[in-house]
Amino acid sequence: MAIDLPFIWAAIIAFAVLAYVILDGFDLGIGILFPFFPEKRDRDVMMNSVAPVWDGNETWLVLGGGGLLAVFPLAYSIILPALYAPIIAMLLGLIFRGVAFEYRWRTKRGEFLWNWAFAGGSALAAFSQGIALGALVQGIPVVNRAYAGSWWDWLTPFSIATGFAILIGYALLGSTWLIMKTTGALAEKARRIALRTCFATIAAMGIVSLWTPFLKPQYLERWFGWPTAIFSVIVPALVLGCFALLVTGIRGKRDAQPFLAALGLFVLGYAGIGISFYPFMVPPSVTIWDAAAPDASLSFLLVGALVLVPIILIYTVYAYWVFRGKVDPEEGYH
Amino acid sequence: MFDSFDATLLARIQFAFTVSFHIIFPAFSIGLASYLAVLEALWLWKKDQVYMDLFNFWKTIFAVAFGMGVVSGIVMSYQFGTNWSVFSDKAGPVIGPLMGYEVLTAFFLEAGFLGVMLFGLHRVGPRLHFLATFMVAFGTLISATWILAVNSWMQTPAGFGVNEAGQFIPIDWWKVIFNPSFPYRLVHMVLAAYLTTAFVVGAVGAWHLLKNTAPRRSRTMFSMAMWMATIVAPIQILAGDFHGLNTLEHQPAKVMAMEGHYQSHLQGAPLILFGLPNSAEKRVDYAIEIPKLSSLILKHDLDAPLSGLDTIPENLHPPVAVVFWSFRVMVGLGFAMLGIGLWSLWCRSKGTLDSSDRLHRAAVLMGPSGFVAVLAGWITTEVGRQPYTIYGQLLTANSISPIAAPAVAASLIAFIIVYFLVFGAGTFYILRLMKRLPRDPMPDLEDGPIRTSGIMPGPAAGAHAGSAHRSTHHGH
Ligand code: HDD
Ligand code: HEM
Ligand code: HEM
Repeated sequence: MAIDLPFIWAAIIAFAVLAYVILDGFDLGIGILFPFFPEKRDRDVMMNSVAPVWDGNETWLVLGGGGLLAVFPLAYSIILPALYAPIIAMLLGLIFRGVAFEYRWRTKRGEFLWNWAFAGGSALAAFSQGIALGALVQGIPVVNRAYAGSWWDWLTPFSIATGFAILIGYALLGSTWLIMKTTGALAEKARRIALRTCFATIAAMGIVSLWTPFLKPQYLERWFGWPTAIFSVIVPALVLGCFALLVTGIRGKRDAQPFLAALGLFVLGYAGIGISFYPFMVPPSVTIWDAAAPDASLSFLLVGALVLVPIILIYTVYAYWVFRGKVDPEEGYH
Repeated sequence: MFDSFDATLLARIQFAFTVSFHIIFPAFSIGLASYLAVLEALWLWKKDQVYMDLFNFWKTIFAVAFGMGVVSGIVMSYQFGTNWSVFSDKAGPVIGPLMGYEVLTAFFLEAGFLGVMLFGLHRVGPRLHFLATFMVAFGTLISATWILAVNSWMQTPAGFGVNEAGQFIPIDWWKVIFNPSFPYRLVHMVLAAYLTTAFVVGAVGAWHLLKNTAPRRSRTMFSMAMWMATIVAPIQILAGDFHGLNTLEHQPAKVMAMEGHYQSHLQGAPLILFGLPNSAEKRVDYAIEIPKLSSLILKHDLDAPLSGLDTIPENLHPPVAVVFWSFRVMVGLGFAMLGIGLWSLWCRSKGTLDSSDRLHRAAVLMGPSGFVAVLAGWITTEVGRQPYTIYGQLLTANSISPIAAPAVAASLIAFIIVYFLVFGAGTFYILRLMKRLPRDPMPDLEDGPIRTSGIMPGPAAGAHAGSAHRSTHHGH
């Protein structure tokens, strides 16, 4: 029996994108929350809480994109032109926020500029990612192995809604991260923000989830047809469970529980999208198997991925472990 | 038709612009990462504080440069899809896995250990910290290896077939990776990165020697940099010569453009030193040439015949003037670097390495030379490959995304504005960091009377306290 390499790769790419969303989600969230913390001291601590890990977090995005080119070149070459503007906007946002990590400490006069670059860049990147997600869910027209739409197709009320949903969701991840990593007044304020963003996130998830099945008959059937309708019960139930843990965690002043519950929400939302998508790589016409590169490419990279991804996870955990615990406001090399 | 030509041109400009910015940072961070690893190793070995002080000085500069390398690199990895989607669809099965390996073996390694290297010395102790520094340096070299395998495959493709969808498919991975130009390009590029860094470090050392701010540290870094220049510049020239012979074998049109040989020469081709390539008339105007030398260099025989561009259909000619000039800039700088290396060797033997103001001024002037040579080298390579993206296989004009010209133009303008703002600011901060070398903590005896009269300036106290603090961590 032949191994279904495209399927395995779809799972690996899905894992990379999920890892990206939750890891960079919280550090983009820190940027999104910057405007709500005007004190320089708070901002220093916030930034230091992610400074040692942000580059590693963003590398999952490179794996998602680079991996797509390697194993689903057709999907890569359809999706990126279709989402041209949001992708470019995301890249520009990532530039601004990425350099802010270093520049912010290199100038006193210009610090306010890089505060804005960090906040604005993070928000722009998050919003563009949300738009890209929405546009992908909406579906992309393909003719002759190429994108066949125009360059504004991505812009619809639905994609704007998903843009805001991601923005809010990342703010939730960021605020629960701060609860976990900081102390005192800063953590207190993060708690208040987390409480608000968690209600907003749930509302946004609700709106997007109800909207999605009505975009395409295919999604409707998936969610309300047998046997997949089981998920329509299980996923929302788990979402509510996470939500309860989130609220009690914040109210009960637990350190890690809110963050973990927020991660749970993201994983479930992501699984929901996965259920709608399967077996498509680019809905509504290109499946995982259509888009896959030849087996020779898939197996060559798979060998490496099976060995290297676990090693990467080990030293990533190590890097987080080195910087475990609350951020010491006096520390940092700057 | 006109429309699609416009979009192609804009996409080419955009690619050239973003990749040219990107390569500036790796060229520096590959060399600097290795330099940092060497400094930390020397500190662990000799327990001399001067190395730790230098390490800390360059570490901050590295952090800024590396950050710029990361964000400009992420743009590159998405640009293949946004602007070159047909190329991506066709070449993805071959080059994609190589870039996938780059992410898995190099980018994660660099990113994972960068945090520990920048922030973690007090948390993990000196030995593990050195391991982190080493991993970052090692990661940059692995990264260079994979991406150059990709680029070299585009220059001299091997080990592939074509399937019914028109995609390139891998047949022999060994041949794909170790394609004919890869070993030459890898060696040449890594040496280029080391030279680039050596000249930057040398310029900073020389500048501070001229200002006499921190004689001990400036002397150490200047001397280290000049050793690098002395040893690596001649090796680089040799490597470049081999690289050229390899190119002659696999991409003859590129070498014809580099040499400015529009016409074939049946009995010994001249080496054109300078001149103005004139593609309309197919000749080099005002050429200053040395008879038969080109045949000697390329064929090791004064009278060997050498074909020119007249043997190649005109629609497959690369743009001659750009290639001709960028090649001369690179080679000229290579010899200038060799000159500095030899000059420093001479001063060293006379004991004036630390005191020759003229050498120091020349070294400051040569500070950016590596960047210019790297860019010139890449322009030679890439423009010389035209009109193909995959040499002999896929034309640039057939690689482009189905994107309307206004979209490409708008994003190009956005990139230009953002890059100049953001990387301009970064360059400014780096230059400022280079300027701020805290004074030596202890009066330097060798400096004699100039120093003894001075009072300890402010920053020195801080630096001294800092070093005392650090050395408590040293023991375990
Ligand atoms: C010879 C070396 C070299 C060359 C030709 C290139 N790069 Fe590069 N790249 C590096 C050497 C490097 C590096 C030294 O490894 C960097 C610099 C800073 C860093 O983080 O790693 C890097 C960073 C870097 C990153 C960010 C990695 C991260 O998140 O840590 C990406 C996505 C790329 N590059 C992609 C590319 C692409 C698509 C290129 C070709 C068009 C390219 N690079 C040319
Ligand atoms: C990093 C240093 C590099 C520089 C400075 C550079 C420079 C250039 C330039 C100047 C062009 C435009 C050529 C023209 O339009 O005449 C170009 C095109 C291109 N290069 Fe490079 N290049 C570099 C590396 C790479 C690498 C590593 C790759 C592949 C991984 C690559 C792939 C391409 C592609 C796909 C194009 C567009 C098609 C083309 O015009 O050839 N380049 N590059
Ligand atoms: C004087 C001696 C040198 C010679 C004869 C030489 C020769 C060459 C040749 C023939 C190429 C084009 C290869 C091709 O595309 O097929 C090349 C490319 C290049 N050169 Fe040089 N070079 C010299 C010095 C330098 C120096 C000093 C640097 C930088 C510090 C440098 C950096 C580069 C780079 C980055 C490339 C593009 C990447 C590559 O193809 O390896 N070169 N060189």
